[in-house]
Amino acid sequence: MMKKSSFASKLINSPYILWSVLFIIAPLIMVLYYALTDASGAFTLDNVKGIADYSSTFILSIGYGAVATVISLIIAYPFAYFLAHTGASFQRMSVMLVMLPMWMSFLIRTYSWITILGDSGVINSFLRIFGIGPLPLLNNGAAVILGMVYNFLPYMILPLYTVMSRMDRSLIEAAEDLGASRLSVIRRVVLPLSVPGIASGFTMVFVPSVSTFYITQKLGGGQINLIGDVIEGQFQVANNYNLGASLSLVLMVMILICLGILRLFTDSDEGNGGVLI
Amino acid sequence: MKRIASLTLCLILMLSLGVTAFSAEQVEFSEEVTQYYASLGLQGTKLNVYNWGEYIDTEEVDVLSEFERLTGCTVNYTTFESNENMYSKLAGGGVSYDILVPSDYMVEKLLKEEMILPLDYSNIPNYEKYFDEEYGYLVDDEIDGKKISDYAVIYNVGTTILIYNTNYVKETPTSWSVLWDEQYKDKVLMFNNPRDSFAIAQALLGQDFNTVSKSDWDAAAELLKKQRETVHPTYVMDEVFNKMESGDYALATYYAGDYELMHDNNPDLAYVLPEEGINTFYDAFVISQSSQNKKGAEAFINFMMEPEIALANAEYIYYATPNKAVLENEDYSLIDSEAVYPDYSEIKNAQAFHDLPNDTLQYMNAQWMKVKGENDTTHLYVVFFTCLALIALTVAAYLIHKKKMKKYYEV
Repeated sequence: MMKKSSFASKLINSPYILWSVLFIIAPLIMVLYYALTDASGAFTLDNVKGIADYSSTFILSIGYGAVATVISLIIAYPFAYFLAHTGASFQRMSVMLVMLPMWMSFLIRTYSWITILGDSGVINSFLRIFGIGPLPLLNNGAAVILGMVYNFLPYMILPLYTVMSRMDRSLIEAAEDLGASRLSVIRRVVLPLSVPGIASGFTMVFVPSVSTFYITQKLGGGQINLIGDVIEGQFQVANNYNLGASLSLVLMVMILICLGILRLFTDSDEGNGGVLI
Repeated sequence: MKRIASLTLCLILMLSLGVTAFSAEQVEFSEEVTQYYASLGLQGTKLNVYNWGEYIDTEEVDVLSEFERLTGCTVNYTTFESNENMYSKLAGGGVSYDILVPSDYMVEKLLKEEMILPLDYSNIPNYEKYFDEEYGYLVDDEIDGKKISDYAVIYNVGTTILIYNTNYVKETPTSWSVLWDEQYKDKVLMFNNPRDSFAIAQALLGQDFNTVSKSDWDAAAELLKKQRETVHPTYVMDEVFNKMESGDYALATYYAGDYELMHDNNPDLAYVLPEEGINTFYDAFVISQSSQNKKGAEAFINFMMEPEIALANAEYIYYATPNKAVLENEDYSLIDSEAVYPDYSEIKNAQAFHDLPNDTLQYMNAQWMKVKGENDTTHLYVVFFTCLALIALTVAAYLIHKKKMKKYYEV
């Protein structure tokens, strides 16, 4: 009986195992191979040494990713809290509205910001009526951060919303009964219980923000060059797969470290229902 | 070529799937031509064409479906944004194309690396009929004892130019150095590919575009870095159309034919051929080594030289064509355009690109990545370490809090 069920579970799992071996493990091994060889296929550490040139780019990327993530959190947290405490039909509609932009192509959504922020774009055309501007809204760091927040905000809202809507209301009521003020209810009850949601939202915004290249190219106009751009350039323009692969490897390791720090938050007995989607 | 961002292209493609089927007219070919293509036995075959974005007529004449109609061959059409993009796709393997449309230096590179096949000109009878020998000198060189013209048929020729918006730039510029003028800060568009961008710095420094001296490339890179720091140029390719036509930018570097097109949409634009010299280039059809349908590919090259098709393409792309049938056609509207057909005898210091040795190419690419990659990070270190400290504090606070709570419950 025991044996049979484990065979059945293996059978059920096999499509996904096959998938991950083919499309996750194998590519990772290839990245590792390219990172440690030169163009002729001989072993070398030159690519790894070449990374030193880009250390400031790495730091810049992590800085931008962190700023975008924190802004997303500040926007998403009150919204998710508010959402979890309203009527069911309103909740359903709002969740759908949050997800609605995700049904459109990420590229088109980002590109649209150019026509909004440009010198003859929507905002500046409006300001011109009052004789202001044109303000330099595009091609700077703020536009890049805006693009990141705009694109990845749903990934922050949804896990937060999930955690908060599952939260036991009676805990909040109990705290209120015991005389806790609204602020201390949030600080002592809601916030600790929503940590798993914050952690998973943090991950899902931070990781794509750090590695993005499309947003920086379109909204940063080449002024802001993040590590994603450098990697993309190594593959697309410089045709240097080896350096590109070793940069990707370092990026992966750095993201893993960041995720490791986050696990400190979720790896506790109170962590339930955090990682979702 | 290189028009509109690939993204907009996707949109247009999506829309045009529905639209062009109705708007494009069928061309009436002579009986002889129709029979020729039908007799090639290409029915049921497939042809993979890899071309620059927006580099074939899809509006007046739907060139690809005309080819399919005449030959019965199915065309699988994909586009690229730069020679380098195309090359990395090819070199990466796993893709198979029949027709490629690289520019001069890339044709040489592909030839050197034996990635393209010699053409059988008996399958391209239109070449002898319509190719204007005046342009023949462009493909006269030999690479490793192989003549370029045996491998490549020129599609279009052109030059790089400096485009400016007369609303911002009051005095007609004569030199590339205007791109370094801080007066136009944040209003400058530069090529987003290494060779074209370097060529501008090289022209200013009076260098050979095909230099193999590292110090030359260093000097050019230095100049470009200085430009990035002081003028904050935006690096674009096809997006230049939207950006210049909208009037948001003062200066741009691009290709001559594309200027005419932008000018149609924004009459405030003007152009100059800077005195330090420009790059002259050609784009040519070649057949990839991995081609599964060489006969079909040759038929395609031949078809692209049919007078009706060549005219439709020339009117759509706005680049100079080497096709005699078009140049002699009275209906051809661009023949008088000085941007498209400049008087080459008056252009000083025009230079063509040639393939660079691999180590030079790598050096140039590395320099280019550095030109574009260097950020002003002085203020950023502060932000970064503040973030790091905050995160560390949060983690510490959280851990201490947890421990405290645990103790509390234990008690």
